[in-house]
Amino acid sequence: MDWASFWQMLHPMLVGCTYTIYLFFLTLLFALPLALPIALGRMSRFRPLSGLVNFYLLVMRGTPLILQIIFVYFAPYYIFKITPAPRFTAVVIAFVLNYAAYFAEIYRGGIESISQGQYEAAKVLGFTRTQTFFRIILPQVIKRIVPATANEVITLVKDTALAQTIGVAELFRAAQTISSARFSVIPIFVAGVFYFVMNAVVDVVFQRIERKLNYYH
Amino acid sequence: MDKESVSPIVDVRNLVKRFGDTEVLHGISFGINQGEVLAVIGPSGGGKSTLLRCVTNLEPVTSGDILIGGDELVRGGVYAPAGVQRRICLRVGLVFQNFNLFPHFSVLRNVTEAQTVVLGRSRAEAEERAMSLLAKMGLESRAHAYPCELSGGQQQRVSIARAMALNPEVLFFDEPTSALDPELTGEILKVIRQLAEEHMTMAIVTHEMAFARDVADRVLFLDGGHIAEEGTPEQVFGHPSSERTRTFLRRFDESK
Repeated sequence: MDWASFWQMLHPMLVGCTYTIYLFFLTLLFALPLALPIALGRMSRFRPLSGLVNFYLLVMRGTPLILQIIFVYFAPYYIFKITPAPRFTAVVIAFVLNYAAYFAEIYRGGIESISQGQYEAAKVLGFTRTQTFFRIILPQVIKRIVPATANEVITLVKDTALAQTIGVAELFRAAQTISSARFSVIPIFVAGVFYFVMNAVVDVVFQRIERKLNYYH
Repeated sequence: MDKESVSPIVDVRNLVKRFGDTEVLHGISFGINQGEVLAVIGPSGGGKSTLLRCVTNLEPVTSGDILIGGDELVRGGVYAPAGVQRRICLRVGLVFQNFNLFPHFSVLRNVTEAQTVVLGRSRAEAEERAMSLLAKMGLESRAHAYPCELSGGQQQRVSIARAMALNPEVLFFDEPTSALDPELTGEILKVIRQLAEEHMTMAIVTHEMAFARDVADRVLFLDGGHIAEEGTPEQVFGHPSSERTRTFLRRFDESK
């Protein structure tokens, strides 16, 4: 394979990669913060709220993401007869809703792992509930959820391949297209290297975060 | 001025506490006067810690009154509004058995955080107060360490400094040495003794009988949710009037 031919293979994959990376960051940007109110809703003592959130979590974690992507894209048309959102927007919405559910459960696990003594110490010192949560509890939660969150973020990198379900030409779709055109599986393996490199970066970032939070235990 | 005419800093009347169907405190009444050191002793499960947790507002009472410095925290089982509760409770401090320091804050920040956030003191003012307390606890050189780097005794001294930082009128201790070995226990008892000499008003739930006898002005013996005996250390340890107290103290003497 000469350089020109190699570049012809690589170029559409790099373009696909921009969709992949774009989807990755948009998902994190919205899902990470959204998961916090979801986790708090799940822990609420107000039963209708915790019940509703619980149902949402069950649906999001209990059905395939690929199905959720199809649903978000086609449901508006079939139910309300309105034009569907652009494909990429639909994918982002589906990913955010799905990943927020997983992150929310990670947050909940972290919040519930903090000992009652921390709340009591904060209370006798006169902190309000909001001050207690944001100054005392949350910083400790963040440290505890880093490894589990890293796991989920690594999965997200690979899940972006599902965006092709409704025709978004992300990295894996690009690789498959070239693969069929050339009767070669090489582009598929090259795509594998792309995913691996992206996740190596994710891993380095999370290790740095862990090290940064390592000043206490 | 005789003692009756001084209104106590802490005034507890007919405090009843039930957990579900189990009544653990059957109408406790007692007071703590200005500058007094009260030791609360008795067998495990006798209600000592529950009583302390009720008075420091960590546990809601079922019925009864709690007044702090004349202000009603709860009357007839009905609590003051949340804001008022918080204000009243700022007048008392609590030192926990297992310290409950904030692990993500340095020693210094553990002692300054509530001063700045709750009392609105400036950072400089809070740090000055914190450093003088840490110096008193022999910990000024550890101000920038994290709690996990300290021994249990040091952590407990930080937690005493943290409570003192808010200038409470009365300081409660919930078995402050139960998580510590005998050597570290000595460190903490020394600090409490020093506070007693400075006439800090304190109530201490403890299993350290010799210490209670030595440092307390008054002793409550709590058993089965009742005050079985109350008096000066002399009376309670020297001439206990109830059989229960005698049995309990005899076991303690034997174990020495």
